[in-house]
Amino acid sequence: MRKVKIHITLKEGVLDPQGKAVHNSLQSLEYNNVQDVRVGKYMEVMVEDSDNLEAEIDRMCDQLLANPVIENYSYTIEEAG
Amino acid sequence: MKFAVIVFPGSNCDRDMYFAVKDQLGAEADLVWYKEANLANYDGILLPGGFSYGDYLRSGAIASTSDVITQIREAAEAGKPVLGVCNGFQILLEMGLLPGAMLPNEKLKFMCHYETLTVENADTMFTRQYEEKEKIQIPIAHGDGNYFCDEETLQKLQNNKQIVFTYDQNPNGSVGDIAGITNEKGNVLGMMPHPERAVEALLGHDDGLRLFQSILTHWREHHAINA
Repeated sequence: MRKVKIHITLKEGVLDPQGKAVHNSLQSLEYNNVQDVRVGKYMEVMVEDSDNLEAEIDRMCDQLLANPVIENYSYTIEEAG
Repeated sequence: MKFAVIVFPGSNCDRDMYFAVKDQLGAEADLVWYKEANLANYDGILLPGGFSYGDYLRSGAIASTSDVITQIREAAEAGKPVLGVCNGFQILLEMGLLPGAMLPNEKLKFMCHYETLTVENADTMFTRQYEEKEKIQIPIAHGDGNYFCDEETLQKLQNNKQIVFTYDQNPNGSVGDIAGITNEKGNVLGMMPHPERAVEALLGHDDGLRLFQSILTHWREHHAINA
């Protein structure tokens, strides 16, 4: 069994109103050193190991987990303990 | 002409859509539960608004993987009219029948009010009863209605006259003030505003009714020729 840790982020150039609102809130807490905030998603997917696991994870991300029009994804595969 | 209104778990404008085509337009229509759908005998497919699967992951994303989607794709390929309103538009984007994607509204607020739209293309099976550049009043009700596509796609949409409705005062940040687009063939329309909520003057406005009348007259002409 493998644990796949997937990060999904908005592509550069895609407006992130949520990130902007979080940025504004950090500023009102006087964290004036914060330059920018982008909000994304994090998922943990438990999956049986296979020879072409990476290709399969890519397909999962392209088909459903991320929307390639607006999002990028990256992941790491770990031994599930 | 017989319409199928597809009902997903979390659809909540399905009855309004049914009322619009059945009672106001006077066509045949069924509410069709997504799991039991057999769309072969329907002439038009309507994807209503709402929050299918609670908008989990992304609006429309989970619904776009359900079994009925294959049948909707076949209906679209066969040239049948497919209309997606609000969440229905989001589903059409997620299943790739229309280009682009939906983002949260620029100001992050759920918005529910009338908008003035301009009919940018009155030469489609959905808009032939409108005048080109006509201003119409149709209500919106969405949190994720901020249409996004890249420059190249926008150019293509403009060149092919696929942008059918635009907002006069962009409420949500959509690129090109886009409120509704069709596919290249022109038989799949996705729009965020709700024409099915504007089909009865007594209840506010009836500017939306002509959209459904357009579909019906187009269908009748097409079938008269075939007969």
